[in-house]
Amino acid sequence: MSATMLGPHADFIVASYAAALIVMLLVIAWVWFDHRRQTRILADLERRGITRRSLRPDQP
Amino acid sequence: MPLINFANPSRFLAFVHRVLPWLAAATVIAFAVGLTQAFHAPDDYQQGATVKIMYLHVPAAWLSMFVWGLMSVSALGTLVWRHPLADVAAKSAAPIGAAFTLVCLITGALWGRPMWGTYWVWDARLTSVFVLFLMYLGVIALYFTAEEPSRAARLAAILTLVGAVNLPIIKFSVDWWNTLHQPASVIRMGAPTIDPSLLKPLLMMAVASMLLFATLHLAAMRNEILRRRVRTLRLMQASEARA
Repeated sequence: MSATMLGPHADFIVASYAAALIVMLLVIAWVWFDHRRQTRILADLERRGITRRSLRPDQP
Repeated sequence: MPLINFANPSRFLAFVHRVLPWLAAATVIAFAVGLTQAFHAPDDYQQGATVKIMYLHVPAAWLSMFVWGLMSVSALGTLVWRHPLADVAAKSAAPIGAAFTLVCLITGALWGRPMWGTYWVWDARLTSVFVLFLMYLGVIALYFTAEEPSRAARLAAILTLVGAVNLPIIKFSVDWWNTLHQPASVIRMGAPTIDPSLLKPLLMMAVASMLLFATLHLAAMRNEILRRRVRTLRLMQASEARA
Protein backbone atom coordinates (compact mmCIF):
# COMPACT_ATOMS: atom_id res chain seq x y z
CA MET A 1 0.00 0.00 0.00
CA SER A 2 1.57 3.28 -1.09
CA ALA A 3 1.65 6.42 1.04
CA THR A 4 -0.72 8.20 -1.36
CA MET A 5 -3.39 5.58 -0.64
CA LEU A 6 -3.17 6.48 3.04
CA GLY A 7 -4.47 9.97 2.39
CA PRO A 8 -3.19 13.37 3.48
CA HIS A 9 -2.12 12.11 6.92
CA ALA A 10 0.02 9.22 5.64
CA ASP A 11 3.05 10.50 7.61
CA PHE A 12 1.22 10.05 10.91
CA ILE A 13 0.03 6.55 9.99
CA VAL A 14 3.49 5.42 8.85
CA ALA A 15 5.12 7.01 11.93
CA SER A 16 2.67 5.15 14.22
CA TYR A 17 3.43 1.77 12.68
CA ALA A 18 7.18 2.49 12.67
CA ALA A 19 7.15 3.55 16.34
CA ALA A 20 5.16 0.47 17.42
CA LEU A 21 7.51 -1.78 15.44
CA ILE A 22 10.62 -0.20 16.97
CA VAL A 23 9.30 -0.44 20.56
CA MET A 24 8.25 -4.08 20.14
CA LEU A 25 11.52 -5.03 18.39
CA LEU A 26 13.42 -3.51 21.33
CA VAL A 27 11.41 -5.65 23.79
CA ILE A 28 11.95 -8.79 21.66
CA ALA A 29 15.71 -8.03 21.47
CA TRP A 30 15.85 -7.50 25.26
CA VAL A 31 14.18 -10.88 25.91
CA TRP A 32 16.37 -12.63 23.31
CA PHE A 33 19.71 -11.24 24.51
CA ASP A 34 18.78 -11.65 28.18
CA HIS A 35 18.10 -15.36 27.56
CA ARG A 36 21.42 -15.80 25.78
CA ARG A 37 23.23 -14.00 28.61
CA GLN A 38 21.64 -16.01 31.45
CA THR A 39 22.15 -19.31 29.59
CA ARG A 40 25.82 -18.47 28.98
CA ILE A 41 26.43 -17.55 32.63
CA LEU A 42 24.72 -20.75 33.86
CA ALA A 43 26.76 -22.89 31.45
CA ASP A 44 29.94 -21.17 32.61
CA LEU A 45 29.11 -21.82 36.28
CA GLU A 46 28.32 -25.48 35.57
CA ARG A 47 31.57 -25.88 33.65
CA ARG A 48 33.37 -24.69 36.79
CA GLY A 49 31.49 -27.34 38.82
CA ILE A 50 29.10 -24.90 40.48
CA THR A 51 25.69 -26.53 40.11
CA ARG A 52 22.50 -26.81 42.11
CA ARG A 53 22.78 -29.34 44.94
CA SER A 54 19.93 -31.39 43.43
CA LEU A 55 21.97 -31.89 40.24
CA ARG A 56 25.20 -32.96 41.93
CA PRO A 57 26.12 -36.64 41.43
CA ASP A 58 27.11 -37.08 45.10
CA GLN A 59 23.62 -36.12 46.28
CA PRO A 60 21.12 -38.89 47.20
CA MET B 1 -2.53 -29.73 34.42
CA PRO B 2 -3.28 -28.10 37.81
CA LEU B 3 -1.80 -24.63 38.39
CA ILE B 4 0.06 -25.83 41.49
CA ASN B 5 2.34 -27.95 39.24
CA PHE B 6 3.83 -24.74 37.88
CA ALA B 7 4.95 -23.80 41.40
CA ASN B 8 7.98 -25.91 40.55
CA PRO B 9 10.23 -23.65 38.39
CA SER B 10 11.84 -26.63 36.61
CA ARG B 11 8.43 -27.92 35.57
CA PHE B 12 7.47 -24.41 34.46
CA LEU B 13 10.65 -24.12 32.36
CA ALA B 14 9.85 -27.43 30.64
CA PHE B 15 6.34 -26.14 29.92
CA VAL B 16 7.71 -22.89 28.45
CA HIS B 17 10.21 -24.82 26.33
CA ARG B 18 7.34 -26.86 24.84
CA VAL B 19 4.84 -24.03 24.34
CA LEU B 20 7.00 -21.06 23.28
CA PRO B 21 7.67 -22.02 19.60
CA TRP B 22 3.94 -22.65 19.00
CA LEU B 23 2.99 -19.40 20.69
CA ALA B 24 5.55 -17.44 18.65
CA ALA B 25 4.28 -19.02 15.41
CA ALA B 26 0.66 -18.23 16.35
CA THR B 27 1.69 -14.60 17.06
CA VAL B 28 3.30 -14.19 13.62
CA ILE B 29 0.27 -15.71 11.87
CA ALA B 30 -2.20 -13.60 13.88
CA PHE B 31 -0.29 -10.39 13.05
CA ALA B 32 -0.10 -11.34 9.36
CA VAL B 33 -3.88 -11.87 9.26
CA GLY B 34 -4.63 -8.81 11.42
CA LEU B 35 -2.44 -6.41 9.44
CA THR B 36 -3.82 -7.71 6.12
CA GLN B 37 -7.38 -7.17 7.38
CA ALA B 38 -6.45 -3.74 8.80
CA PHE B 39 -5.02 -2.46 5.53
CA HIS B 40 -7.93 -3.81 3.51
CA ALA B 41 -10.55 -2.37 5.85
CA PRO B 42 -12.43 0.70 4.61
CA ASP B 43 -11.49 4.20 5.78
CA ASP B 44 -13.61 5.83 8.43
CA TYR B 45 -16.20 8.27 7.04
CA GLN B 46 -14.93 11.05 9.33
CA GLN B 47 -11.30 10.18 10.10
CA GLY B 48 -10.30 8.78 6.71
CA ALA B 49 -7.24 6.51 6.62
CA THR B 50 -6.00 7.68 10.03
CA VAL B 51 -8.37 5.10 11.50
CA LYS B 52 -5.61 2.58 10.67
CA ILE B 53 -3.75 3.92 13.72
CA MET B 54 -6.61 2.52 15.80
CA TYR B 55 -5.47 -1.05 15.00
CA LEU B 56 -2.28 -0.38 16.97
CA HIS B 57 -3.50 2.15 19.51
CA VAL B 58 -6.55 0.35 20.91
CA PRO B 59 -4.96 -3.14 21.41
CA ALA B 60 -1.93 -1.44 23.02
CA ALA B 61 -4.28 0.46 25.36
CA TRP B 62 -6.16 -2.73 26.28
CA LEU B 63 -2.89 -4.58 26.89
CA SER B 64 -1.48 -1.74 29.01
CA MET B 65 -4.40 -2.16 31.42
CA PHE B 66 -4.58 -5.95 31.18
CA VAL B 67 -0.90 -6.33 32.08
CA TRP B 68 -1.28 -4.14 35.17
CA GLY B 69 -4.32 -6.24 36.13
CA LEU B 70 -2.21 -9.39 35.71
CA MET B 71 0.53 -7.84 37.84
CA SER B 72 -2.09 -7.04 40.50
CA VAL B 73 -3.19 -10.69 40.64
CA SER B 74 0.50 -11.68 40.83
CA ALA B 75 0.95 -9.14 43.64
CA LEU B 76 -1.77 -10.95 45.59
CA GLY B 77 0.03 -14.20 44.79
CA THR B 78 3.22 -12.74 46.28
CA LEU B 79 1.68 -11.19 49.40
CA VAL B 80 -1.12 -13.64 50.24
CA TRP B 81 -0.40 -17.06 48.72
CA ARG B 82 3.41 -16.66 48.44
CA HIS B 83 3.41 -18.55 45.14
CA PRO B 84 7.05 -18.94 44.00
CA LEU B 85 6.29 -17.78 40.47
CA ALA B 86 4.02 -14.85 41.36
CA ASP B 87 6.84 -12.33 41.72
CA VAL B 88 8.60 -13.79 38.68
CA ALA B 89 5.41 -13.18 36.67
CA ALA B 90 4.97 -9.61 37.95
CA LYS B 91 8.60 -8.60 37.47
CA SER B 92 8.70 -10.05 33.94
CA ALA B 93 5.42 -8.41 32.92
CA ALA B 94 6.35 -4.86 33.99
CA PRO B 95 8.72 -3.92 31.10
CA ILE B 96 6.35 -5.49 28.55
CA GLY B 97 3.38 -3.61 30.00
CA ALA B 98 5.43 -0.40 29.93
CA ALA B 99 6.23 -1.03 26.25
CA PHE B 100 2.54 -1.48 25.37
CA THR B 101 1.66 1.69 27.31
CA LEU B 102 4.40 3.60 25.47
CA VAL B 103 3.02 2.36 22.12
CA CYS B 104 -0.45 3.50 23.25
CA LEU B 105 0.83 6.98 24.17
CA ILE B 106 2.92 7.44 20.99
CA THR B 107 0.25 6.20 18.59
CA GLY B 108 -2.40 8.22 20.46
CA ALA B 109 -0.34 11.39 20.06
CA LEU B 110 0.24 10.67 16.36
CA TRP B 111 -3.49 10.03 15.88
CA GLY B 112 -4.46 13.10 17.91
CA ARG B 113 -2.43 15.60 15.87
CA PRO B 114 -4.37 15.22 12.58
CA MET B 115 -7.75 14.58 14.29
CA TRP B 116 -7.70 16.98 17.26
CA GLY B 117 -5.06 19.44 16.05
CA THR B 118 -2.76 18.60 18.97
CA TYR B 119 -0.43 15.81 20.02
CA TRP B 120 -1.34 16.05 23.68
CA VAL B 121 -3.84 17.53 26.12
CA TRP B 122 -3.92 16.99 29.87
CA ASP B 123 -7.43 15.51 29.82
CA ALA B 124 -8.45 12.74 32.23
CA ARG B 125 -7.94 9.79 29.84
CA LEU B 126 -4.55 10.85 28.51
CA THR B 127 -3.27 11.88 31.92
CA SER B 128 -4.40 8.67 33.65
CA VAL B 129 -2.69 6.54 30.98
CA PHE B 130 0.45 8.65 31.37
CA VAL B 131 0.27 8.01 35.14
CA LEU B 132 0.01 4.27 34.36
CA PHE B 133 3.21 4.53 32.29
CA LEU B 134 4.99 6.30 35.17
CA MET B 135 3.79 3.58 37.57
CA TYR B 136 5.27 0.90 35.30
CA LEU B 137 8.58 2.77 35.36
CA GLY B 138 8.28 3.05 39.15
CA VAL B 139 7.83 -0.72 39.57
CA ILE B 140 10.76 -1.44 37.22
CA ALA B 141 12.94 1.06 39.14
CA LEU B 142 11.93 -0.57 42.44
CA TYR B 143 13.12 -3.99 41.25
CA PHE B 144 16.44 -2.44 40.21
CA THR B 145 17.03 -0.45 43.40
CA ALA B 146 15.96 -2.84 46.19
CA GLU B 147 18.97 -5.01 47.01
CA GLU B 148 17.13 -7.93 48.63
CA PRO B 149 14.85 -9.68 46.03
CA SER B 150 12.17 -10.72 48.54
CA ARG B 151 11.96 -7.15 49.87
CA ALA B 152 11.76 -5.82 46.30
CA ALA B 153 8.98 -8.32 45.58
CA ARG B 154 6.91 -7.17 48.57
CA LEU B 155 7.42 -3.45 47.86
CA ALA B 156 6.60 -3.89 44.17
CA ALA B 157 3.49 -5.93 45.05
CA ILE B 158 2.22 -3.18 47.37
CA LEU B 159 2.92 -0.47 44.75
CA THR B 160 1.15 -2.58 42.10
CA LEU B 161 -1.96 -3.05 44.24
CA VAL B 162 -2.08 0.67 45.08
CA GLY B 163 -1.64 1.47 41.38
CA ALA B 164 -4.55 -0.82 40.45
CA VAL B 165 -6.84 1.99 41.63
CA ASN B 166 -5.85 3.77 38.41
CA LEU B 167 -7.40 1.06 36.18
CA PRO B 168 -11.08 2.00 36.72
CA ILE B 169 -10.06 5.67 36.53
CA ILE B 170 -8.58 5.06 33.07
CA LYS B 171 -11.59 3.04 31.94
CA PHE B 172 -14.29 5.43 33.16
CA SER B 173 -12.38 8.74 32.79
CA VAL B 174 -14.19 9.40 29.50
CA ASP B 175 -17.56 9.01 31.28
CA TRP B 176 -16.75 10.81 34.52
CA TRP B 177 -15.14 13.92 32.99
CA ASN B 178 -15.37 15.93 29.80
CA THR B 179 -12.45 14.68 27.73
CA LEU B 180 -11.13 15.34 24.26
CA HIS B 181 -10.72 11.56 24.02
CA GLN B 182 -13.82 9.82 22.65
CA PRO B 183 -15.94 7.54 24.89
CA ALA B 184 -15.67 3.75 24.69
CA SER B 185 -16.92 2.27 21.43
CA VAL B 186 -16.08 -1.45 21.83
CA ILE B 187 -16.02 -2.48 25.53
CA ARG B 188 -19.19 -0.75 26.73
CA MET B 189 -22.72 -1.45 27.94
CA GLY B 190 -24.74 -2.53 24.91
CA ALA B 191 -23.32 -3.41 21.50
CA PRO B 192 -20.13 -1.86 20.09
CA THR B 193 -20.81 1.36 18.18
CA ILE B 194 -17.98 0.68 15.74
CA ASP B 195 -18.84 -0.69 12.28
CA PRO B 196 -18.21 -4.47 11.89
CA SER B 197 -15.91 -3.83 8.91
CA LEU B 198 -13.57 -1.95 11.28
CA LEU B 199 -14.29 -4.07 14.37
CA LYS B 200 -13.19 -7.38 12.80
CA PRO B 201 -9.59 -6.31 12.05
CA LEU B 202 -9.43 -4.52 15.41
CA LEU B 203 -10.32 -7.70 17.29
CA MET B 204 -7.82 -9.70 15.20
CA MET B 205 -5.06 -7.20 16.05
CA ALA B 206 -6.10 -7.43 19.71
CA VAL B 207 -5.73 -11.25 19.58
CA ALA B 208 -2.32 -10.86 17.88
CA SER B 209 -1.18 -8.36 20.54
CA MET B 210 -2.36 -10.68 23.31
CA LEU B 211 -0.42 -13.57 21.74
CA LEU B 212 2.66 -11.34 21.47
CA PHE B 213 2.34 -10.47 25.14
CA ALA B 214 1.92 -14.13 26.13
CA THR B 215 5.01 -15.10 24.09
CA LEU B 216 7.17 -12.30 25.49
CA HIS B 217 5.92 -12.82 29.04
CA LEU B 218 6.64 -16.55 29.12
CA ALA B 219 10.10 -15.93 27.60
CA ALA B 220 10.82 -13.14 30.10
CA MET B 221 9.64 -15.37 33.00
CA ARG B 222 12.02 -18.09 31.82
CA ASN B 223 14.86 -15.52 31.81
CA GLU B 224 13.96 -14.35 35.31
CA ILE B 225 14.01 -17.94 36.66
CA LEU B 226 17.44 -18.46 35.08
CA ARG B 227 18.64 -15.12 36.54
CA ARG B 228 17.55 -16.28 40.03
CA ARG B 229 19.37 -19.59 39.54
CA VAL B 230 22.52 -17.67 38.61
CA ARG B 231 22.15 -15.56 41.75
CA THR B 232 21.67 -18.64 43.96
CA LEU B 233 24.69 -20.39 42.44
CA ARG B 234 26.87 -17.32 42.93
CA LEU B 235 25.78 -17.07 46.56
CA MET B 236 26.56 -20.80 47.02
CA GLN B 237 29.94 -20.27 45.37
CA ALA B 238 30.70 -17.36 47.69
CA SER B 239 29.64 -19.27 50.84
CA GLU B 240 31.64 -22.38 49.82
CA ALA B 241 34.69 -20.21 49.14
CA ARG B 242 34.41 -18.77 52.67
CA ALA B 243 33.99 -22.19 54.31
